[in-house]
Amino acid sequence: MNEVLDLRGLSCPIPLLRTKEVLAYKDEVKVLVDEVTPRENILKFARSQGCQTVVLETGSSWQVTIRKA
Amino acid sequence: MQWGLLVATGIVFGLGAVLLVKLGNPGNYGFCAACQLRDIAGALGIHQVQLLQYVRPEILGWVIGAFAISRVRGEFNPRGGSNPGVRFFLGMVMMLGALVFLGCPLRAILRLAGGDLNGITALAGFAGGIWLGIYFLKNGYNLGRARNIENTAALAGYLPVILAVFLLGAVALNASFLNFSAKGPGSMHAPLAASFLIALLAGVMAQRVRMCLSGGLRDYLLVKDTDLLKVYGIMFLTALAANAYFGFLKIGFEAQPLAHTMHVWNFMGLFLVGLAATLAGGCPLRQLIMAGEGNVDALACVLGMLAGAGVAHGLNLAGSAAGVSINGQIAVVMGIVLTSGIGIFCREKVTLIEEGA
Repeated sequence: MNEVLDLRGLSCPIPLLRTKEVLAYKDEVKVLVDEVTPRENILKFARSQGCQTVVLETGSSWQVTIRKA
Repeated sequence: MQWGLLVATGIVFGLGAVLLVKLGNPGNYGFCAACQLRDIAGALGIHQVQLLQYVRPEILGWVIGAFAISRVRGEFNPRGGSNPGVRFFLGMVMMLGALVFLGCPLRAILRLAGGDLNGITALAGFAGGIWLGIYFLKNGYNLGRARNIENTAALAGYLPVILAVFLLGAVALNASFLNFSAKGPGSMHAPLAASFLIALLAGVMAQRVRMCLSGGLRDYLLVKDTDLLKVYGIMFLTALAANAYFGFLKIGFEAQPLAHTMHVWNFMGLFLVGLAATLAGGCPLRQLIMAGEGNVDALACVLGMLAGAGVAHGLNLAGSAAGVSINGQIAVVMGIVLTSGIGIFCREKVTLIEEGA
């Protein structure tokens, strides 16, 4: 199932917190963010966990795919 | 993040703060996002304490620096709409808590670096407040989504920098509509150009590293990220060394500049700041930086801080060298109760949705 976590417009650190929660029980998660700070925070966290990340720019937001290695 | 940027930011804040004291600011008062905004509130007539009135160029420098660098880097983005009323209130209680301790968390570190051990009690309280805020976040606390502001309404994002430039011009010209303290802490300040330029550089750095005092500890507790904590460590050590060099270092709890020794209330004051900052998505400094970046919700929080300064001094809630009045003690407890209520009741579930839905 292709699911995405819409984190656009949420205050810091809610995007990071929700991403972390979903990653606890899923091997792959796609998240949608529309600000630089949450994008950076999520990428930094994903890489610190050894996950693979792909960032796709879609208009004014980014879709970040995080996959556990 | 690159080590160079983290080290440079720590040095700009640590050394810059002590240099501003050397150049005329009150003791351990080089930078403070709360007290300096409180002085601006005084200059604008929002409170009437004649000793605390000066448009501090440090605050203006942060906002203008954050605006400039975010424009250059394509990160300036007018946006808002995430419950500004609640954010205004969170700004008010953040200011109240900070004025009970006599400093925002940034000044708590700078006070400690000047030997003022009351900073330890306050920072412990700050950590406690952040911990409670994270508890609410984990249980679904959420003020709702902000969104980009389109068309001419996006001009609202420029309001903070326009106000900052206007006030900078006004203070430079000694404008007669502003209040200026003739004596007391408000009359003590570094030359305007030094205050502004050091803060301008600090604002640029703070925007680049997303400096946030509550964010530093929060990121460590949530995901063991220590980048911002490194900035604070370097800032502390730099300020400590500079204070020792200039002979400002005076270790102890008693008779510290712009401080009191009511430990419970130093703890509770910054507990309230830590809690409110975590729920507002950033400490007082970060709110000013985000306002400069075009975030209208952060502007609401900053305006709340100005209003909070008015209430804190109008009702004698703020701390002073003599300590914290019973009014101030009641207000802090009320602030913690009401802010906890916001943490408990403001929720919006975020769930996985089908792609394209």
